[in-house]
Amino acid sequence: MTWRSPLALVRDALRGQRARENELRSLESNLPYEGLEKGKQPNRYFTSNAIKTTKYSLLFFIPMNLYEQFHRLANLYFVGLVILNFIPQVNAFQPEIALIPICVILSLTAMKDAWEDFRRYQSDRKLNNMPCFIYSRKEKQFVERCWKDVRVGDFVKVVCNEIIPADLLLLYTSDPNGVCHIETANLDGETNLKQRTAVSGVCNTHPKFEPESFKGIVVCEKPNNNLNHFKGYVEKPDKQKVGAGIESLLLRGCTVRNTDHAVGFVVYAGHETKSMLNNSGPRYKRSKLERRLNIDVFFCVILLFTMCLIGALGHYLWLNAMPVVPPYLVPPTSGQLDSPSLASFYMFFTMIILLQILIPISLYVSIELVKISQIFFITNDIDLYDEETDSRIQCKALNITEDLGQIEYIFSDKTGTLTENKMVFRRCSIMGTEYPHKENDGKLFQKISRTSSSSLSHSQKTDAYLDFFLALAICNTVVVSMATSQRRRVSAQNAGSIFKFCKRKPKRNRTFTEDSEEHFQPSGQTEGVRTTGLQPCSLHPPSLSDKPALTSDNLRYEAESPDEAALVYAAKAYGFTLLSRTPDSVSVKLPSGEVLDFEVLDTLTFDSNRKRMSVLVRHPITKEYVLYTKGADFAIMELLGTPYAGMLRLDGNKKNIATVTQRHLDCYAKEGLRTLCIAKKVVSEAVYKRWSVDRKKAMAAIEDRERLVMDTAVQLETNLTLLGATGIEDRLQENVPDTIQALREAGIKVWVLTGDKPETAVNIGYACGLLEDEDLVINMAAVFQITCTNILDCTLEEVRRYNADPRNVDTTLNMSLVIDGLTLDKALSPDLLDRFVALVKHCRSVLCCRVTPLQKSRVVKVIREKLKVMTLAAGDGANDVNMIQAADIGIGISGQEGMQAVMASDFAISRFKHLKKLLLVHGHWCYTRLANMIIYFFYKNVAYVNLLFWYQFFCGFSATAMIDYWLMIFFNLFFTSLPPIMFGIMDKDISAEMLLGVPELYKTGQGEGDYRFTTFWVSILDAFYQSLVCFFVPYLVYQDSDIDMFTFGTPLNTSALFIILLHLSIEIKSWTVVHWIIMLGSVALYFIVTLAYSAVCVTCNPPSNPYWILQSQMEDPMFYLICILSTVVALLPRMYIHLQIYYYGKATISRTGVNQH
Amino acid sequence: MVKQESESANRPDNTAFTQQRLPAWQPILSAGIVIPGFVLIGLAFIGIGVALLVTSRSIQVLELDYTGDGNGSPCSSCSQSTTVNCKCSLNFTLDTLFQGPVFFYYGLSNYFQNYRRYGASKDDNQLYGDLSYFTSPSSSCSPYDYDGSKNPIVPCGSIANSMFNDTFTLTRTVSGKTDSVPLDGKGIAWWTDYNVKYRNPSVTPLKNAFNGTVKPIDWAKPAYELDTSDASNNGFVNQDFLVWMRRAALPNFRKLYRRIDASGDYQNGLPAGNYTIDITYNYPVRVFNGAKKVVFSNVSWMGGKNEFLGIAYLVIGSLCVVMSVVMLIVYAKFKFPDEE
Repeated sequence: MTWRSPLALVRDALRGQRARENELRSLESNLPYEGLEKGKQPNRYFTSNAIKTTKYSLLFFIPMNLYEQFHRLANLYFVGLVILNFIPQVNAFQPEIALIPICVILSLTAMKDAWEDFRRYQSDRKLNNMPCFIYSRKEKQFVERCWKDVRVGDFVKVVCNEIIPADLLLLYTSDPNGVCHIETANLDGETNLKQRTAVSGVCNTHPKFEPESFKGIVVCEKPNNNLNHFKGYVEKPDKQKVGAGIESLLLRGCTVRNTDHAVGFVVYAGHETKSMLNNSGPRYKRSKLERRLNIDVFFCVILLFTMCLIGALGHYLWLNAMPVVPPYLVPPTSGQLDSPSLASFYMFFTMIILLQILIPISLYVSIELVKISQIFFITNDIDLYDEETDSRIQCKALNITEDLGQIEYIFSDKTGTLTENKMVFRRCSIMGTEYPHKENDGKLFQKISRTSSSSLSHSQKTDAYLDFFLALAICNTVVVSMATSQRRRVSAQNAGSIFKFCKRKPKRNRTFTEDSEEHFQPSGQTEGVRTTGLQPCSLHPPSLSDKPALTSDNLRYEAESPDEAALVYAAKAYGFTLLSRTPDSVSVKLPSGEVLDFEVLDTLTFDSNRKRMSVLVRHPITKEYVLYTKGADFAIMELLGTPYAGMLRLDGNKKNIATVTQRHLDCYAKEGLRTLCIAKKVVSEAVYKRWSVDRKKAMAAIEDRERLVMDTAVQLETNLTLLGATGIEDRLQENVPDTIQALREAGIKVWVLTGDKPETAVNIGYACGLLEDEDLVINMAAVFQITCTNILDCTLEEVRRYNADPRNVDTTLNMSLVIDGLTLDKALSPDLLDRFVALVKHCRSVLCCRVTPLQKSRVVKVIREKLKVMTLAAGDGANDVNMIQAADIGIGISGQEGMQAVMASDFAISRFKHLKKLLLVHGHWCYTRLANMIIYFFYKNVAYVNLLFWYQFFCGFSATAMIDYWLMIFFNLFFTSLPPIMFGIMDKDISAEMLLGVPELYKTGQGEGDYRFTTFWVSILDAFYQSLVCFFVPYLVYQDSDIDMFTFGTPLNTSALFIILLHLSIEIKSWTVVHWIIMLGSVALYFIVTLAYSAVCVTCNPPSNPYWILQSQMEDPMFYLICILSTVVALLPRMYIHLQIYYYGKATISRTGVNQH
Repeated sequence: MVKQESESANRPDNTAFTQQRLPAWQPILSAGIVIPGFVLIGLAFIGIGVALLVTSRSIQVLELDYTGDGNGSPCSSCSQSTTVNCKCSLNFTLDTLFQGPVFFYYGLSNYFQNYRRYGASKDDNQLYGDLSYFTSPSSSCSPYDYDGSKNPIVPCGSIANSMFNDTFTLTRTVSGKTDSVPLDGKGIAWWTDYNVKYRNPSVTPLKNAFNGTVKPIDWAKPAYELDTSDASNNGFVNQDFLVWMRRAALPNFRKLYRRIDASGDYQNGLPAGNYTIDITYNYPVRVFNGAKKVVFSNVSWMGGKNEFLGIAYLVIGSLCVVMSVVMLIVYAKFKFPDEE
């Protein structure tokens, strides 16, 4: 350890700060500096790979936790009370005793926090000590170290199935093509493999990878949390720059698959890795009920202040009425009594201490408990469990369960949410001729067989049919793997030889082997199909094959989108089998059995702006540069150049193929099929050469790389030749119409927001019962603002006229709106917004088509804010994330399209039909339970505290409590705390069958719901009434008698217990064993604890005197008579009203029952 | 088989509890149960009410105010003077036998023994006989913890200091002969008070325990000389002291002074005759608009006289019956849609 001046230390710290904050980072290899002290290390400013997610340290746990806890207002309130209690002029109880509640609450919370933090610490330690291989210069090989030893600038080797310890720039892989596959399931839940490519030419990799040969400098951007984006380049010693994007970055937390080993250069470590930056804590949403609750807590505060003010004023008047100092007025030590005004000022604060439990602090703890249990019940519901994927419902947001019972608008995505998102190839149109897939009569096959054989012999006359299916097989990013050994990529040279230790625990993933009724008989040999002209073979690969590896039946395709997989399987069904894919080549087996190896020159990946993707290949026979493009119809149609010349000449058909195909596309859309267009382009060598220079430049760019890369893609994708179009079916999920019907009966409006075109959406709308035949469907597709305005005005006028018509008093106009993205933009413009909202209020359902993710969320926000309604958004794809986050409740459907939607959601379900039980049953229950519990809590506290308040009128407003303070604490802590919590967890006002059978019952929760302004005040008034009864019955019995204070308090306390518990019994709708145990247990506990306390406490709690009081009271028949009378009188009104409501409710239900039948 | 099990590892348990299908009982509030139920409760309440009212009516109470407000009242002179041990007497006549056992109370009104600071002004440990608290009383007694010359006050605190110090003797005049009525002061406090909660220090004689302490400022005699006739009725276990220390719940209260000793002529209570109560008038109440009284009462199983409870039971019982009748009428008229 050498001594360094403080100045140097400061300078170093500042330099480190600057290095970390800099937009660009330059990283060097650590190897030349190995073994040197820390100050000489080039990358010393960047964080190490050790992670620490714990909040606290052992030493500072108590102060830090207290600091954290005192951020909560409720705790501050408590502390304020305790401090007040330590002021002698003000205190109501012994200061030490006043500390108890706050200590209990603080220590309980601290224990919970400590436990959570300890678990985080344990998982951190486990992660930090995971083994990995770091290259050591001294030992000239990779040595085993822990994750926490990894530093920026190290060379780390990862082997197959190992988790990557830090963000690595991939430099070398065991794969001869420099490819490495990773699975990002840990990060985004997507189970498909992603391909990563090594940055080539920066080190010696032949014959062996030598990290020491790395002499360049890695320049990369500041760490950010974007998982799909990385900008950087490697500057070689000769100043040559090699670009590196996300496709060369191995992310921490991902798993290496299909690759024996790979070596990477650590660019980000520890907390700076992308996965850690993405690891933000759970989102906090506040439920509607909670907002309502906070208002009522505020009312309680006002009530408390009013009562304290009355107390203070009363004390003032009482003191003023005193002619001289009576013997019971105790002067302070000074001997001089405070003036009445000062005394009453003090009394105000004393009253706050005395009546503090009016603010239901324990309510917050109870609500949390109840919500956790509600979530337990929701996740354990077997009806919300999906057999097929073995998944339960996941509750990600823990505190908005009750919002499920108040939903008024549902916004749903279409694909994957209403539909299965299991794509089945249905029809295709090739060169203007339409071929249905299912009822294929072999025509297409004959054509293919003829052309494929001919095209090989006459290579110049490439046939459009051949091209079409080649495009289907090639133009994608599908990864081929073997069915027998999962995740083992087929590679031409050494398939299955070096991956012996690649093991993977069986896990479901998207490989399209699941059985379905679309499963045709596997026909094995494509030749057979061709000659006999039978049905095409399965669209799915056969699920299991007993044939040895590397036959075409054993192939599995893992695609990023299900559409792609469907197309590849379709091509395979027609004999064009995609055999393998590397970044540089694709091999396809033709129906004739011949295998063609295409050289892949470039892949122009899909993006949402272009809405298409292309693959540029070099034909192995013709040596032509061919660009195959597939994409959304409008994205392709606008790029078409001349019609396919060769085709026209052959058939002598002069019709415009584009027009015919467009007609077919419209047709497909009407059937609800998803359409894609396939096109090709032959690129001349000169054009390609020129273009590839631009492309390389764009790829290496660090500024604006995406835009440049996209521009180059657009450059090449011009003058396309249309080959044909495909129609892929996406079936509705089971029970979708039924679910939508039920949701509608429950008074929920269902909107569908989809990126599909209007025809497809309308079709699905009819199929799932969202639109009905007698509905008035308004189609809004306006190019101009003025047209949009006109449509809105006309429709609104129509609605107004309809409603004004006396014949339509009881009916409503069944109106549905179909609107497309462009029109929606106009309708949501500020001057039309109000009219649009007014219109959709009258619509039964709304279908928004061709909307972007941003529009989806905007629609949700507009409806939520303008109509002040509770909204729910359900979706399954990344494009639904915005909408899911904008809505009050976001539901993610864990379907085929990755997990982004699920990650962003509050609840994740696997099927749309689960929404029915989730909302109608669990939503209703959660809401009514919680609402009733909260109201009961307010009631309970007010009723109990008021006993003390009424007593003030008889003790000179001196804040005397006639109940022992410990017993008061016990009363709230033990005797009356469990029943309401149990009530909030287990009460069932209506059975699940009834709720599902009569969805209208859901309406009770909507809008204001059970928990409204009046409910709160009614229960507060009831509490006042009950406390009056509970106080004045004993008062009138004992007035003028020789009763002492604590004996007087005992029947009060006991009858308060009975009143409070029996009040709850009236509210409980169904009694289970648990109810009985807890209710009777609470009563038993009261008597046991109070008797024991009265027997033990002789001088324990001065000045109170509970000794032997309950015992002597229980010998007195008057005690029982008083308790019975107060309980009955206090509960009589509520019982009576409850009976009336019961009869009325029974009448309503039976009436609706009659209507139903 | 094994494979299938692992396939559905996430499957929730299908138990009645997790599926919220626990067998539940729903209270059936059909008219056929509710109306008879109300009638039954009503009748039971009426029964209790009648019993209570009858019992209460049988209790005799005799209250005599001796505050001395008006000029004509016997203690008016005492109430105006500040003389110590001012004497006055009250006369009353009983026409019939006052059924025994008879309890003799003194009553105070507008006296707030439940005032918070007043209630706190005592030292439970001192009163438990702990000698260390004799020399240094708890600060809760302040300002009645030390006298002007820093001597500790025992028993300290405001409650003890303000102890009621009027005394009464009761005489009966039968055919010109005055006969004092025997009063029994044993066991008028709570048994637990003089056996458990309050204790004298185990020092004999008791007086020695109080060495170095002074008596409460307003007391005439020190604590160990409260009852000169009975040595065991002194110190903290003095019955009158204990009765006073048990604070009244409400500002108008009575406290037990003596029982009429059921012996001789007074076997069955107070016989008819002329009685005189001789009062040693010390306690000032007029300064705070208070009042003093003596009360003779006999007790039943329900304690002292109280009409309220009986009436309340009667009213609620009748209300229940009326309600059930109303419900019956409504039921007959509209037919509740239940009992299917």
